Formats: sequence, C-alpha cells, structure tokens
Amino acid sequence: MNNKQYDVAIVGGGHNGLTTACYLAKSGLKIIVVEQHDYVGGAAVSKELYPGWTYSNCSYVCSLLRPEIFRDLELSKFGLQIIPYEGSATMLNDGRFYAHYNDHDLTYRSIAQFSKRDAEAYDRFSRDVMRQCKIIKPLLKMTPPDPTSFAPKDVMGLFEFAKYFVAKDELGGLGEKEIYDTIRFWTMSVRDYLEEYFESDVVKAHLAGSAIIGTALGPYSPGSAYVLLHHYMGEVDGTIGAWGYSRGGMGSITQAMSKSFQAKGGEIKAGSPVSKILIKNNRSYGLVLKNGDEIYANKIVSNLDVKRTFLKVVEQKQLPEDFYLAVKNFKIRGSSGKLNIALDELPVWKSIPVGDPAGTGDLHITQSIEEMEGAYDDWKDGKWSSYPYVDMCIPSINDPTMAPQGKHYMSVFIQYVPYNLANGGWTQEKRKEFGKHVMSRIGNYSKNFNDIIKHAEIRTPKELEDEVGLTEGNIFQGELTMDQLMFNRPIPGYAQYKTPIKNLYMCGSSTHPGGGVMGAPGANAAREILRDLNKKIESHYI
Amino acid sequence: MSQTNISYKQPLLETPFHEKTREKCYAHDWHKWAGYKVVKQYTSAELEYTAIRNTAGVIDITPMHKYSVQGKDAKKFINKLITRNIDNIQPNQVVYALWCNEDGFLVDDGTVFCFDENNFRICSGERNLNWFEDTAIGFDVTIEDISHSIAALAFQGPLSCKILHMLNANKIENLKPFCFDQFTINNQEITISRTGFSGDLGYELWCDPSQAHEVWDALFSFNKDYKILAAGLDALDMVRVEAGFIVVNADLIAAEHALRPNRMRTPYELGLAWMVNLDKEFFTGKEALIKQKNKGVEKKLIGLDVQGDKPAVGSVLYDGSKKEIGIVTTAMWSPTLKSNIAMGYVNKEFIKLGSKILAEIYHPEELEYRKIWAQCKVVKKQFLNLERRNAVPALI
Repeated sequence: MNNKQYDVAIVGGGHNGLTTACYLAKSGLKIIVVEQHDYVGGAAVSKELYPGWTYSNCSYVCSLLRPEIFRDLELSKFGLQIIPYEGSATMLNDGRFYAHYNDHDLTYRSIAQFSKRDAEAYDRFSRDVMRQCKIIKPLLKMTPPDPTSFAPKDVMGLFEFAKYFVAKDELGGLGEKEIYDTIRFWTMSVRDYLEEYFESDVVKAHLAGSAIIGTALGPYSPGSAYVLLHHYMGEVDGTIGAWGYSRGGMGSITQAMSKSFQAKGGEIKAGSPVSKILIKNNRSYGLVLKNGDEIYANKIVSNLDVKRTFLKVVEQKQLPEDFYLAVKNFKIRGSSGKLNIALDELPVWKSIPVGDPAGTGDLHITQSIEEMEGAYDDWKDGKWSSYPYVDMCIPSINDPTMAPQGKHYMSVFIQYVPYNLANGGWTQEKRKEFGKHVMSRIGNYSKNFNDIIKHAEIRTPKELEDEVGLTEGNIFQGELTMDQLMFNRPIPGYAQYKTPIKNLYMCGSSTHPGGGVMGAPGANAAREILRDLNKKIESHYI
Repeated sequence: MSQTNISYKQPLLETPFHEKTREKCYAHDWHKWAGYKVVKQYTSAELEYTAIRNTAGVIDITPMHKYSVQGKDAKKFINKLITRNIDNIQPNQVVYALWCNEDGFLVDDGTVFCFDENNFRICSGERNLNWFEDTAIGFDVTIEDISHSIAALAFQGPLSCKILHMLNANKIENLKPFCFDQFTINNQEITISRTGFSGDLGYELWCDPSQAHEVWDALFSFNKDYKILAAGLDALDMVRVEAGFIVVNADLIAAEHALRPNRMRTPYELGLAWMVNLDKEFFTGKEALIKQKNKGVEKKLIGLDVQGDKPAVGSVLYDGSKKEIGIVTTAMWSPTLKSNIAMGYVNKEFIKLGSKILAEIYHPEELEYRKIWAQCKVVKKQFLNLERRNAVPALI
C-alpha cells in the first residue's frame, strides 16, 4: 500500500496536467502525476502502432502552445522542436487546388486565380483577425475574473480584462470600431463572418475549416467564428496564426514536459487509473487507484475534463446539487474522427504537384461551406458525414523521424463523426466502414493513395473517449462557445480553476482558455495553486 | 506575366524590363515590390542618385498598381473617392490625389490621369481594387486592374527632357508638369507624363509590355555623350525624401493595413491640407476631416533640419527638457543639400516652422553606438525645390 504524502497530486498526465506539475515542482513542492496509461501525454502522444512508423495519433499539429511555457519549462533542452509549415491547400473536385504559401505575394496570386477581390480581401481579413488575436492573447494568460465578485483580485481582473478592449494602443487595446468587431466576431457564424470578406466558395471553405475542427457546430451556427479565432491565436516564432509539426510527433511535447518535470524532482505514476478522489468534510485529501492503493496529497488537481472529474471520480454525494447539474449540462459533444495511416510512399495528388510546399502543410478536402454544413447535418442525424471535411497532413515530409526512409505517415482529421451512431451505435464493423469511407474520399483526389496504404488506425469519438479519456471524444474538453468561455468555463462561478471541493482544482482544457495543445489552462491553474500556497516562482508566464 | 499560371518556384514576377534590368544589375540586389522583382541597387545607390540629379536615371516602376476607371460617372466616382476636387480636370491632365476612409484616415495616395470625361486611370502604391469597387457602387463606372498590361519607367533628371527631345519626342519640352500626351520614340508610340517622384525635371513613360525593350534601349541611346544610368529603388527613395514626398507604409500606415488603429493618419496630420477640398460635395471622410480641421491636429508630419551629419534614422524626438514629443519616420544625409534631413511626427506644440527640438541618434560606429543629442529645426518637408522641375519649356 502506497500512502506517501504529497503536496499536490495531479490526476492525468496530459499536456496541461504536466504543465501544472512542472510549474508546481519548480517551487520546490512535492508533486506526483498519476496517469492511467503506461505512458503520459493524454491527447498529445506519439505512438508506434505499426513497426517503424510514429503516429501523432490524436492531436497532430502545434501552434497554440504558449511560447512562455515552452521557455519556462525548458522544453527545447528536453528535446522539443517545432517545424513550421510551408503552406496549406484545399483540393477541389475540378482538379484545381487552392493554396496558401509563406510568401505573401505567392498567396496573393494563388487566391487571385479564384478571385482578385478575395486576394485583396485576404489582407483585410488577416488584419482584422490579427487585431482580435491581439486582444485575446493577453486574456489567455489571465485567470478569468468573477464578474459578480467585489474581491480586489476580481475587480482588478475585470479592469484588466476591459483594458484590452477599450484602452488605447499604448496599453495594448484597440479602438472603438474594433470593440464592435470583437463582439461580432465572438457571436457570429463563420459563414456570415467570411461572407463579409470573400466571394469565392473555395476561399471561404478553406478558411472556414478552422472554425469547425473539433466543434459540434456547423459553419452556419452562431458562435463558430470564435472557433476560427481560437485556431488563429497561436504562433510559431512570432508568426501569429502559423502552425507547425512537433518533431517526433506530438508526443515530443509531453515527453519534454515529463522530463522537465522529473528533472525538478517530480514523480510520475503511470499505469495507475484513479477510481476515486478522497473527500472528507468537503475537502479533498487523496486518491484511490483502481488497484486499491491510496495516494495522499494536500491538494488534488484534475487534468480530466470537468464531466469525467465530477461524474466519474468525485462521488455525487460530495457535490452541491446545482454544481452537479451544471456539470451534467456542460456541452462536450464528440464530433471528430481521426485516421492515422502508414504509407508505402508519398501520395501523389491529382491537383498539387509533387514538391509544391502547399502539399506539405494542412491539406483540406472540401468544396464549399454548404458542403461543410451538409456534413454537419449528417452528424445531427447520427451519421458520419457523407462528404466529411478532411484535414490531412503528412508530417514525414518535413520530419525525418516519423517514418522509415522513403515511407510516409499521414494524419487525417475528420469532421463530422457522431459519438452516438444512429441505428444501433458503433460496432467494429461500422468503425472500419467509416475508415473506408474516409479513405475512399481521399483516394478520389490522389493518383496512388489507394495502393500505398500499409496500415490505418481508425478512431471515432468512442475510441477518443475510451482510450484518451475525453468525454464523448470532444477534443477541446468541452465546446468553445460563448456560454462556456471565459468566466463561464467550465461552470459559472468556478472559472478560477477551483471547485466546490476545497483543495480540489481543475487544470484541463475544460477550463479557461480551452482546448488545443496550448498549456495555458495548466499554467493558469498552477498560478492559482501557487497563490493559494503563498509560493512564488521565477517565470515568464506566471 | 500571367496571373493564372502560378508556381511556387517563381514566387516573384518579372517585369517586361527584367532582361534589361538584370543585365545592368551587377550588385544582384533585388527588392520585392507588389509581387515583382525589381532592382534595389544596380551598383551603388549613391551613383544612381547622382545620375538622377546630374543627368537622368531610369527606374522600372512597372509594379505600381494601375486601375482603369471608365463610364459616364467616372469623374463623379473619383470625386467621391478623393479629397481633391477634379471638376475642372482637363483631358491629358494628371492630379496627385489622396483617398481616405470614413474616419478621414489615409487609405492611399496616387495619381489620377484624365483621358477624357469618361475615361481615367489611377496609379497607386497599394492594391486598391476592392476599395475602388466598393466606392463605385451606385455609379455607372467600371473599374479594371490593368497593372499587368502596362509597363512603366520613370525617367528623372535634368537631362530627361533633352534625351526625349533627341529621341524626337515631338515638342516634349512644352509638356507642362502634371500633363501627359502620346509621343513616338524609337518608332514606338507611347504615353509620356511629366510626373515623377524625384522633385526634379522628369517624366514617366507608359507603354505596352511588348514595347518595353525598345523604349528602355532608346533612353540609353546617347550614353556615349550623356551618362544616363539605370537607377534602383534605393536611389529613388533618396530623391523622394529630398523632395518631401511621403511613402505610404513608410511615413504612415495605410488605413487598410494598420493593425493598431492609432497608426493611421489624416491628410492634415501629414501636412497635406492643401490636398483636401472641404467645399466640394460629399466625399468619403469629409465629415471626419471637417471635424479635425476645426479641432486642429494633435501631431503632424514635419521636415527636420538635423544638426551634424549622422542621419537620425528611427530617432525619438524630444523637447528641450527631454520630454518625448515625436518620432522620425525617414532620415538621410542629402548629397545635394549637404544637409542632414529627416521627416517625422511631432506634437502640435512643435509643428511651427523654426521650432527647436532634439533628436536622440544612436549612430553605429564599428560595433558600438554613439549616442548623439542633435539639435533640430522644424522646416518645410520640401527640402529641395528645383526651378527646372516645373519650368516650361523644359530644359533641353
């Protein structure tokens, strides 16, 4: 029986759990991370499921990871490197492709092939999105202030919050007009938003992808524009909105974090599912593992999503009724699938020439926003989309560590796939049928894809839930809609990483600022815990 | 040239003069301009600058954006677009124009060419297709981007008229400033306007891309006697500062580009009040400009005569008690004036000619910076005012 006493025990070794762990360990506290699998990483993992190939089998590209966290945790020293994208493209049925390149003028001419107006409008669109990113960036790092509280911390927080909207540029704020834009951006549908800038279907479809990835919203759903923003606020070396590959797969991020954590004296207990959080007198004091072992800690932090935390590992009887209901009502709907494919050689596309940098970043299959909305309609009917939005990439083109020489690894993200399949639910046969459906869609755009598949891992929201632990397989640990953002995330009144249970905290993507391999929820949670413990650390983030 | 055939292997387009410019560009020093590759320096900016002030320089300005504006409302449309009044514009006349957004902030500047009542051309530094098309809603007018179908050269300098005259451009010396006409040189019929960015006597030559090589070669026909040089954009930038011309996205951020709204500027803040006609009918930005005219500006772009010989590049400006009052946008040593000149923004208390201010200059000297507090005097932005620039007949 393990009954060692820790300062803090963290349930779940995802990227946020590990981020919290690193910051806390930095202060000299005795920390343990308890992870159900034999490996850490949560949804940021690299796995060899076919000999010789490395799959980023859940999350697959990196942009949102906050550079301050990268720096504070010395992730470079522990092996992490990000390789920036060189372009992206959308493949069309008529044999053409639409591409974005790092070179601004080349992108201009690429868009101008479809619409000269849109090529020019793209600069305006980028400027407006960039302005919004400028306001959001500092908000990511903030613990959302409680708008109903008069505590100095909250009043100051609200002031700080408001500052970015109304203050003049010197303070990092925007002008009057931009405040109107902010409100519109956070509430509109991405379709309506893009319609204000662009006329060409393909331009809109290419850009709208970011707004539906991981989200149970369609491009016509109000609120979807914010999801686009959420995907734009990342950066690679100061280039806002840029994405890149994590060398060695997404697991390199969490591997570097876990090494950083261990270098600070942290302890990781892998292969140890937690069955219960021990609570007495409304105060948490430890964990019970599935094997019956108990771990005691002064503070417990849950990296699990809010539903899994409070519906699975905290007993209902320990929770206030209102809170329990709010958790039950938290929207966390699975809508995405993932294929990981080992390829015998490089896929040759019917449209994009071999060697074109546009073929080395994210490749989308979609024809129009209407097609994407139709794909969403299928999801609502409990079916996988007949014409799914496909976001693929072949990291092995740029990352030499992902596949054997001359071979390739392809990551395929699919929107939409329901968690509950109509007509009897998911079966192994249906899962395979879904995989085939997606692969045949990809095959239509390639000259050789069908003949070079060596192995494919097919994951529906069910597998994402069962294997990764994300409720309903929602990749963001909860929808990114206004009713669940900022001081409403995850539960109104509990947006400051605390819970109704004393000494029990949350640090996962269910909390502000939400999903993506960002690390901000984990770092923000660490800041709150350190404040409660009166501990100070040297850091760029906190 | 084709817009539809793009390849990642050729991220930059080549102008119709490319073969010619490449031949002379020994320095291989290129610059990106609106998706084109153009010469930054052929050999040395100073030499090319000297040619513009001493003989003449030939500058490839093809990348400049050009829009054809046609239709019976063409003039009305332009009058809604720009801050000047072109009611009295005559065929073969050119005007320098500014256009602003609703808040009176500059979107861009450029030149408007009048072919006739219903046919104009606007040349500009930024892409303006959407701005023009949106402004044109409700007018009987067609806007077309003709940037790629016209090749253009600036031919600037004291011998420019003489050379064109020697090339038998008929009565070119009588062409007035801000006028244009058709001329034949080297058997090519082309458009020549007496316009330019040098503050000197000079012309801009507009032709079909197929005529480009003949036109280019013609300008160098008398090089045995007169040393005409091809000049790069660095040299052009030097002469424009001496002339006191502003460059959008160098001296101000265009309203359509500014990420930070307080980086946008109105014509008043740019010292271009003479370009704004508040008496004419509605034009975009009029209300905001009336307000600003009544209220006065908070800061303004001014010219500076800087003590010493170290250019005040990027300098912060201070008052006598070293309180920050502005910033330099452009600075250089003027070889013609033998003066250290600069343009910059200062707070309203210092915009009067003759005001004394301080520039904090960090001058790089062999891996170290020398910090200089240079006395500056506020002067007119037009540092150099050459008589030959506007003389008619022009010098031949």
